[in-house]
Amino acid sequence: MVEYSALALLKNAFTGNRDWKQAWRKPEPKPAYDVVVIGGGGHGLATAYYLAKEHGITNVAVIEKGWLGSGNIGRNTTIVRSNYLLPDSIRFYDFSVRLWENLSHELNYNVMFSQRGVLNLAHSPGQADEYIRRGNAMRHEGGDGVWLSRDEIARKVPGVDLSPNARFPVVGGLLQPRAGTARHDAVAWGYARAADRHGVDIVENCEVTGFLREGDIITGVTTTRGEIRAKKIALAVAGNTSRLLQMAGIDRFPIESHVLQAFVSESIKPLVNCVVTFGGGHLYMSQSDKGGLVFGGDLDGYNSYAQRGNLPLVEEVMSEMTAMFPAVARLRLLRSWGGVMDMSMDGSPIITKGPLPGMYLNSGWCYGGFKATPASGFSFAWTIAKGEPHKTNAPFTLSRFERGNVIDEKGQGPTPKLH
Amino acid sequence: MLIPCPHCGPREVSEFSYQGDATRTCPELTSTDVKAWYDYVYNRPNPAGPHREYWQHSGGCRAHLIVTRDTRTHEIHDVAFARAALNRAGEQA
Repeated sequence: MVEYSALALLKNAFTGNRDWKQAWRKPEPKPAYDVVVIGGGGHGLATAYYLAKEHGITNVAVIEKGWLGSGNIGRNTTIVRSNYLLPDSIRFYDFSVRLWENLSHELNYNVMFSQRGVLNLAHSPGQADEYIRRGNAMRHEGGDGVWLSRDEIARKVPGVDLSPNARFPVVGGLLQPRAGTARHDAVAWGYARAADRHGVDIVENCEVTGFLREGDIITGVTTTRGEIRAKKIALAVAGNTSRLLQMAGIDRFPIESHVLQAFVSESIKPLVNCVVTFGGGHLYMSQSDKGGLVFGGDLDGYNSYAQRGNLPLVEEVMSEMTAMFPAVARLRLLRSWGGVMDMSMDGSPIITKGPLPGMYLNSGWCYGGFKATPASGFSFAWTIAKGEPHKTNAPFTLSRFERGNVIDEKGQGPTPKLH
Repeated sequence: MLIPCPHCGPREVSEFSYQGDATRTCPELTSTDVKAWYDYVYNRPNPAGPHREYWQHSGGCRAHLIVTRDTRTHEIHDVAFARAALNRAGEQA
């Protein structure tokens, strides 16, 4: 297996980089495993890694319909944060940030986690009150919320339009200093390599076509590469959750699949040293280490499995960008793309045993699956191994909707468009 | 994405507002059946394929429409006035 070092780089440079070994094996799927994880994205790979490392369950396969990391793990805007209001959310996402802080070390793979901070701009006294309340809630749970005045923002992020005549004048902002960004592909590759070393089989180009069952119990999957049986089947398939559950006979579920677009500009010299979000609309932006501005906004707003969006939303996001950073108006857009989000009805995820015997489910990530990757994998692996939830994911049940026990950050009521 | 409004002809999607799944049926307003309300409020079929959904031509004639659209390709198969479609369904019921 491949290890990276300065010496290895040098050695391979002399041989034209032709002799790098593969970072993980390409095994044929075995007929049976202890656990099959469906979905070779960030959450699926992290789940397999923590199953092996924390619980010693190594007879595991991760099956992926495309190539590894071809879904939302490579389509997000790479933001990691835990600036939430409700205690259940703060505890879960703060646990995730703590795992992020040690992730490169743990995986021996540089995921380039950069705690550059996330700054939420507030544009009205009401919004300022709301953000300060959220900052206080974070501090109350031991987190880090800091209120910045307009002058402090002017010093920290010089490019922001802070003029009092702006359409949405900035009154201040909530900063989470421990939040930041990470390199999303490296997260997938790092977890894949680490899981592979523990003996996990990662099977790419292996699409699930149906479930095997004995009575009510799910006992395996049929795939494009044959039948695979397992004692436990774990789903971590983001926007395709409803499709897979339909194969298992569950035709209604509290999730809608929506397309979310993201964008990257041409590279420029350093402009912003943290993640900045625009409170006058919905926009989040940071600058990658290569210099491109990476940003995204709202959902397109209609159900979609297409992995591509439409122009009206592109125009809306660009108009918000120029409202926040007038200096970038002449910048050229390099690329844009879309990912399919599993939008739950209260904006919070579902990590649980069930809904059928033999099945475990991890879904409902809405806008924010990437930041949750380590905690999601850790708590899902715990749930699979022990048959009961870890304390961090215990509130994120499926039954909470029916019990009226939703975790709705904004108190907006049931709509599949929430954070 | 263009939506062919039966009143105004094909128009840009930005003129329309999306109102969600059109296959849901609201329980009787006096119903106390918790399961039925839960199903109506939270659950969706969320198909990958043809999807019946409400749109309003809010930036045009303001008519409420029922559109059948493929969620995998965004191709639109059918558009009808919501009131006419609902009346037909009512007569059949």
